[in-house]
Amino acid sequence: MKSDLLLRIVTKLLVPFALVFALYVQFHGDYGPGGGFQAGVICAAGIILYAIIFGLPAAQRVVPTWVVHRMIPLGVLLYAGVGVVAMLRGGVYLNYSVLEHDPVQGQHLGILLVELGVLITVSGTMTSVFYAFTGRGR
Amino acid sequence: MIRSNLPALQVVIPLLGAVLCALLRRGNAAWLLALVVSWTMPFVSGAMLANVLVSGPISYALGGWAPPWGIEYRVDVLSGFVLFLVSAVGAVLMPYARASVGAEVDAAKQPWFYTMYLLCLTGLLGIVITGDAFNAFVFLEVSSLATYVLIALGKDRRALLAAYQYLIMGTIGATLYVVGIGMLYSVTGTLNMVDLAQRLPAIEQTRPVYAALAFITVGISLKLALFPLHVWLPNAYAYAPSMATVFLAATATKVAVYLLLRFFFTVFGLHFVFESVPVGEIFIALSVAAMFGASLVAIFQEDIKRMLAYSSVAQIGYITLGIGLANQAGLTGSIVHLFNHAIMKAALFMAIGAVFHRIGSVKIDDMAGIGRKMPATMGGFVIAGLAIIGTPGTVGFITKWHLAVGALDKGMGWLVFLLVLSSLLAVVYIGRVVEVAWFREPGKAAANAGEPPMLMMTPMLILFVLAVYFGIDTSLTAGIASRAAEILLTGPQ
Amino acid sequence: MEVLSGIVAHYNQWITVFLMVSGLYIVVARGNMVKKLVGLGLFQTSVYLLYISPGKILGGTAPILDPAYTTYSNPLPHVLILTAIVVGVATLALGLALVVRINEAYGTIEEDEIFDRDGAA
Repeated sequence: MKSDLLLRIVTKLLVPFALVFALYVQFHGDYGPGGGFQAGVICAAGIILYAIIFGLPAAQRVVPTWVVHRMIPLGVLLYAGVGVVAMLRGGVYLNYSVLEHDPVQGQHLGILLVELGVLITVSGTMTSVFYAFTGRGR
Repeated sequence: MIRSNLPALQVVIPLLGAVLCALLRRGNAAWLLALVVSWTMPFVSGAMLANVLVSGPISYALGGWAPPWGIEYRVDVLSGFVLFLVSAVGAVLMPYARASVGAEVDAAKQPWFYTMYLLCLTGLLGIVITGDAFNAFVFLEVSSLATYVLIALGKDRRALLAAYQYLIMGTIGATLYVVGIGMLYSVTGTLNMVDLAQRLPAIEQTRPVYAALAFITVGISLKLALFPLHVWLPNAYAYAPSMATVFLAATATKVAVYLLLRFFFTVFGLHFVFESVPVGEIFIALSVAAMFGASLVAIFQEDIKRMLAYSSVAQIGYITLGIGLANQAGLTGSIVHLFNHAIMKAALFMAIGAVFHRIGSVKIDDMAGIGRKMPATMGGFVIAGLAIIGTPGTVGFITKWHLAVGALDKGMGWLVFLLVLSSLLAVVYIGRVVEVAWFREPGKAAANAGEPPMLMMTPMLILFVLAVYFGIDTSLTAGIASRAAEILLTGPQ
Repeated sequence: MEVLSGIVAHYNQWITVFLMVSGLYIVVARGNMVKKLVGLGLFQTSVYLLYISPGKILGGTAPILDPAYTTYSNPLPHVLILTAIVVGVATLALGLALVVRINEAYGTIEEDEIFDRDGAA
């Protein structure tokens, strides 16, 4: 598919928009449909589109396999870590209100961080699933 | 801070352990991390159980949101008992894993094995501790998905098929459970188990509640391998790595039984489940079918792990028989059998795993004369086998005693006769192995056998001793089980 | 006619039941492993409908706070089903990974052929 001019140009236009849209969905999860899982899947879809058109080695130069393998546990660690920090600051597990001096600010910060964790894990998982399936010998 | 957050720590510590194991490269480092995590778990659950026995249920509002709108972690006598069971069994089993996993799983995949093991532990502990019905589904799927991976890591290519079959059946079971929860939610508006228990009596005799009971029962029965929904179990246990089989046989089905007990007695209530609907009679019939059918099939197995898997299906029949009886003695027998069966089966599977470690096969013909080469291992197999049969002086007898008393209390004396008859079937399938292991000349397969390494031997010895100790001093196990049964029968708190 | 209008009024439940039963039928009746996973996915999707369609309040808007509206649809089923969708995706990914490995180990993904190859082995 690398030789098809139309596909190459359209992909080069679409992938940046896909990634930006993923970030948009991520940050608007508070105020509209969206959030970590949806954003992670859209972000992974952008990377996967690039891999389909330009080939797996090209995509793995941009997002190496070891990076996505490390991303999966790191997102979960971030999410669980927010809960542990909440416990250390005196609240129960995952009580975002104690993360800041003001409960509302604490809720905002807590949701932001856990959704970031979800984004990292989900995009890492989807991309590594794709790498695992397509990387097997033909 | 630690004391007040124990319920959260029960789930968070294995989760963090699993995540850290995924970042490690070497199998032994991952094993060490899993060991440390497994050894902290009994202290957490033991502290909570001790607290609950003295002061009553613990309620922990996750995220600071009060129940019933928030998710609640709730520890009472029954959940404390099962939590302690799962944590303690996990802790005892962990040293066994080093040599067993080291030999049976590829070196590159060993950290992932321990990751999945700890995720399974997280899921199982989460199912027991949560007080929210949908949260139980989430943890159920966490533990199930980890289980499918654990099974698929077995060396035999049939392990992949076993994992696939379990995946299909397990997902159908979990989805049926979700359908049941959805029906309950649509008529009551709540997902919290205690709140459901308070709102259901007013609308009890309506169709959605009957349908919800049916869906939830079938869904959970798929997970606990109640006959005839047990088809996934023999393959899954036979082809998984030895450590996975040991852990799953001891804990996974027990937690599903806990969930069933929770729904039958706390959410729906004894009166609705056993008097308005003939669930008791159905369970007694299916349990008797499990006890006899599975024991009969076990007698004809060549592969000993498969034989023990069918034996597990029969033992689960005993547990569900107690549930079907639904009286004090019957329920005590069920709950104490959660503990006793975990000890017996873990000991048996560990012994077979040690044999596999030494001679590379679990076919009964290859095990000729192995008793003389591995006397401590096979001696322990005999002890645990006697416990499965229900010999007085072992834990198995305690269970059967309580079940027999429960049957007599309900006026079903013929059940006692069936209990004894099925124990005789157990004599046959355990006796086969004992005869081949001790009374035949060692064949060429058993020529190089010897006792397994110390790390594998120690957990086995501990469980062999416990299989006898808890058969003699039952104050701890049967005492707590009896209290739990009483609380279940008197209704939700 | 009342019976018919009663049935038509509950059209969402009928669609849910139809999807559920066809999903289960595919799992049971088809021997191809990928088709079984498709049936499983269909079965799980029907459950999402079971939760979300009663969650819609007639006359209510989407569950996003806005000063102009007073009636909102129930947001809780949305959250529950989001979790269930993620679980479904994970199950599907795991199932397909197992099918790929089974294909490499056996050379086929038809259950009866695998059964024959195991029986012969």
